[in-house]
Order: sequence, then structure tokens, then C-alpha cells
Amino acid sequence: MEMINAEIFTLTYGSMVRQLIADHEDVEEVNAQLDKMGFSIGQRLIDEYLAKSKTQRCSDFRETADRIAKVGFKMFLNTTATVANWNAEGTECSLILEDNPLTDFVELPEQLGALKYSNLLCGVIRGALEMVNMDVECAFVRDVLRGDDVYEIRLKLLSSSTEAYPFKDDD
Amino acid sequence: MGKNRECAESCIDYLALALVHHYRTQGQGPSLQAALDAVGERTGRQLAERYARDRPPLLDQLEAVKFVCKEFWGEVFRKAVDNLRTNHRGTFVLRDTQFRWLVRLAQNQMPAQVGQPLPAPLSKADLAADFLVLPCALVRGALAQLGWDVAVTADATSLPQVDFTLVIRQQPQR
Repeated sequence: MEMINAEIFTLTYGSMVRQLIADHEDVEEVNAQLDKMGFSIGQRLIDEYLAKSKTQRCSDFRETADRIAKVGFKMFLNTTATVANWNAEGTECSLILEDNPLTDFVELPEQLGALKYSNLLCGVIRGALEMVNMDVECAFVRDVLRGDDVYEIRLKLLSSSTEAYPFKDDD
Repeated sequence: MGKNRECAESCIDYLALALVHHYRTQGQGPSLQAALDAVGERTGRQLAERYARDRPPLLDQLEAVKFVCKEFWGEVFRKAVDNLRTNHRGTFVLRDTQFRWLVRLAQNQMPAQVGQPLPAPLSKADLAADFLVLPCALVRGALAQLGWDVAVTADATSLPQVDFTLVIRQQPQR
């Protein structure tokens, strides 16, 4: 991967969030737009991930979550997440980020308490997984900008159809 | 705080693409031009503030433009400007023969959203025009931060070469 100084990305993202806040009166709508933009990014980013990560096909959702945390976050944002809090069925887990490059230089004013500043990330994960036929729910449940000690993204597998996975084993 | 942090170069491509896509398809709110002007100008100011923090003010036109051609361009667009021309009356033309943001972006388009029809294909010129709003605004913001009021336009008729024309409207107050 070609790497750059993250400043330009972080600051452009911040400026974009400010613009979305100016565009929409309702903070919930900003959260929704960030998720939507992330979703279309994820749909494209999965190609680069599959082409460059040189990883094998995931055998189950546990492995998928692990790849997102250890390979995906590393490749694109140069940070890693921890996978935790699995449910008994292995369909729900949390990605815990202690370090989130999107929020460098950011402090939220009190009136933006409902803003999910990094919500783009949830959209990216959803969009990327959709392209490999996994339907997931993805949401921030803890956020350092809102006073928590870590960032926590809750990931829930709704359905997957491995038969339709777009790659044959002999590819 | 995040000073030497790195991320993938494609992150900024995805973000720029998502921004253009968002404001192109948005039925209400500000135009693409207005929104990306504002986003880019703010970012350009913040970046120039960081890059120029430890240097004396750039009170000479040519010095300010050279700073943009070398340091700013190198950081943001990943290479220096290839050629700089001026009429010595406040107009500068910066030529980048391989403008990196368009080299990568113009080859790719957003996939269709599931359940929606494919968008009509866009001509190269239209595509470039929308994608040049953000870079122009970044450059304008950087110079504004240095105290220079400059109009920035870009010509991408011979992609991947892009010519940026800077017209200086007002000198910094000494």
C-alpha cells in the first residue's frame, strides 16, 4: 500500500463532517449520511482489500471480524482493533479501537452530543461485507469523543450466503 | 498528536470520490461547487497553517506561490508542480503533468447503489470538472491562510495533465 501523511485525510474528513452538519439541521441525518457515504466507499474498497491483502477466504464470521480488525484497519488506517464480546452464537461481536485516526484534532461541542463522528467507518464495513454477501448491522456503541474510554463498533451478522461468494476456490 | 501518523493513500481518494458522489446526487442543500469549495478551503487553511508554522510570513508573491508548488503540492498531491509560469502581474500557471488525484480517480467510478439504475456515463471533462473543485479550493485555502486572496481555476482538457491558474487579487496587509 502507498502510505501518506494521515493529516490530509483526517482534516478533509473533519471539514466534510462540518459541511454535513451545516447542510442538515438534524444530527441524526448527518449520522445517516456518513453511514451512506461509507457504504459506497466500502463497496469499492473491498476490491483493493481483496487484491492487496493476500489473505485467504474467511471460513466463518469470527474470521471475518478478525480480518477487519487486524488486516483491514491496518491496511487503510494504519491502526488495529481488538475483537471482543462475542455472543454465544458467534454472530455478534465488538471491534474495539483504542486509537482512531479520524478523530485526531477533534473535540465535539456539547450541542453535538448525538453526532456519531466516525460513523463513516460503520458504513465502510457494511458496504465492504455486502460485496462478499454478508449482510451486517454495524453501529458505534462507545465513542471517546462522547466521553467513553474506547471506541466500540458493534457488529451483527444478519445473513450470509457463502454459496454466492464471488470467488472459486481454484482462483 | 497524530503528527507522523500515516494512512493509505487510497483513503483520500475514496473520500474525495464519496464527496463528489454525495453532492452530485444530493437533491437539496448546497451545490457541489459551494459545498466542496467550503470543505476544501477549510482543509487548505488548516494544512497550510501546519506546513508553514515555523517559517517567516511569505510576503512576496513568488515566494508564496513557490511554497504552494513545492511544499504544499508535495504533501497533498504527492509530487512537486512540474512547471510554473507567470505574467509577472499576479497571474501564475502551475502545470502538473501527472495530477495524482485525477490519474487515480478518473479511472474509477462509484458502483451503482444496489436497487438503483446505473448512472449515465459522464464525459471525461464533466468528471474532471467536479473532481477539480476540491483541489482548487485546497490551494485557495492554503494561500488564504498565508494572507493571499487568490482565485484558482483548473483546466484538465489534456488529462492526466492539469493546469492550475492562480490570479492574485489582493496582497497581504503588511
